[in-house]
Amino acid sequence: METLEPLIAEHPFFRDLPREYIHLITGCASNVRFDAGQYLFREEDEANQFYLIRQGKIAVEVFTPQQGRLLIQTMGAGEVLGWSWLVPPYKWRFDSRAIELTRAISMDGKCLRAKCEDDPRLGYELFKRFSAIIAERLHATRLQMLDIYGTSE
Amino acid sequence: MNDPMMPSIWRIKNYRTETADTFTIDLVNEHGQDGMTGMHFQPGQFNMLYLFGAGESAISISGDPRNKDVLTHTVRAVGTVTRALARLKRGDVIGVRGPYGSPWPVVEAIGNDVLIVAGGIGLAPLRPVIYHLIAEREKYGKVTLLYGARSPVDILFRQELEKWRGRFDMQVEATVDNARQGQTWHGNAGVVTGLIPRAGFDPSQTTVMICGPELMMRFTIIELQKRGIEEDAIHVSMERNMKCAIGLCGHCQLGPEFICKNGPVFRFDRIRDSFRKREI
Repeated sequence: METLEPLIAEHPFFRDLPREYIHLITGCASNVRFDAGQYLFREEDEANQFYLIRQGKIAVEVFTPQQGRLLIQTMGAGEVLGWSWLVPPYKWRFDSRAIELTRAISMDGKCLRAKCEDDPRLGYELFKRFSAIIAERLHATRLQMLDIYGTSE
Repeated sequence: MNDPMMPSIWRIKNYRTETADTFTIDLVNEHGQDGMTGMHFQPGQFNMLYLFGAGESAISISGDPRNKDVLTHTVRAVGTVTRALARLKRGDVIGVRGPYGSPWPVVEAIGNDVLIVAGGIGLAPLRPVIYHLIAEREKYGKVTLLYGARSPVDILFRQELEKWRGRFDMQVEATVDNARQGQTWHGNAGVVTGLIPRAGFDPSQTTVMICGPELMMRFTIIELQKRGIEEDAIHVSMERNMKCAIGLCGHCQLGPEFICKNGPVFRFDRIRDSFRKREI
């Protein structure tokens, strides 16, 4: 039977991850697709997965009573969505919605957390990869907050 | 010899509102040499626009360098002079001095891939480059434009961006900091530096041109360097308060350089030391 192993191995997020770990985490993976407009998750939902986006585009949004849906980030093929599965209380902080037909690998966070507990080297490897993404997004968020294109006065 | 401080008189032929605070004017010089009503300029150069009674402001030329009929400027109304310029209408006259300053390296980039990164109003000084690249498309490798704006309603030259995006020989990616519900936007959200990984380029064969807020340029350069682009392949357009535009008064001094005379376009390695200095 064909497995998701090659798809996971070729995703940029898992580039150069040792083959045995790819094999190990494939057991936590499933293939998913979202039609345009379909929500991947909503704020306060339990966050027990993350997504390796293979194709399409997804939006990260926050709902505000005054302004409705506010789009704050988009992600596409080759990117990874979601780190709330790593941090208690494992709840999504934003909404996420497919802007167009999106294909992704969904990784089961509970399953991965258990594997990381069993094998701290795998856990450290995953945390290193997620730390880089979290730092990058924190940096991008700071830039967005600066409103650099606003008026100079 | 003509007095470089003496403006010539130009009439507004067209006035277009671009965004809530930005507008474009097409100017004609009815007494131009050899019957030419436009101006010879190179992409990246600027003019001093003089609104009589209000003052002068340095504004980049945003039109097509091949169009000798009109002279086009895109202006953001943020100061006394530019706000007064925004109130002008078709048929009004203003004074123009120029063109001044160094151009984008469109000749040096021949044979290379060209990566253009623009933020906000920074797309205006780069638009003449895009017109040039399209006109001489066969001379360049891959052409990529990455553009960031505050929100969908702040996107400059949106129709042209969509037209360029539809070309088969050019990659155009736009992103906004955020988009509210109801604003028609199916594009990207996030900072412009986030688009850089999507622009495939050969770092050793790429010329980069960046224009936007200095903070945006700073972080764009960091991202480009992470991907192997050398400092001498990066060109930035700097902005300081200009007065004389001919390198005399010192208002626009940046370290050892006068932005008006030695810039506004600089190869990054030549201004690197001044670029991050906090005092200037």
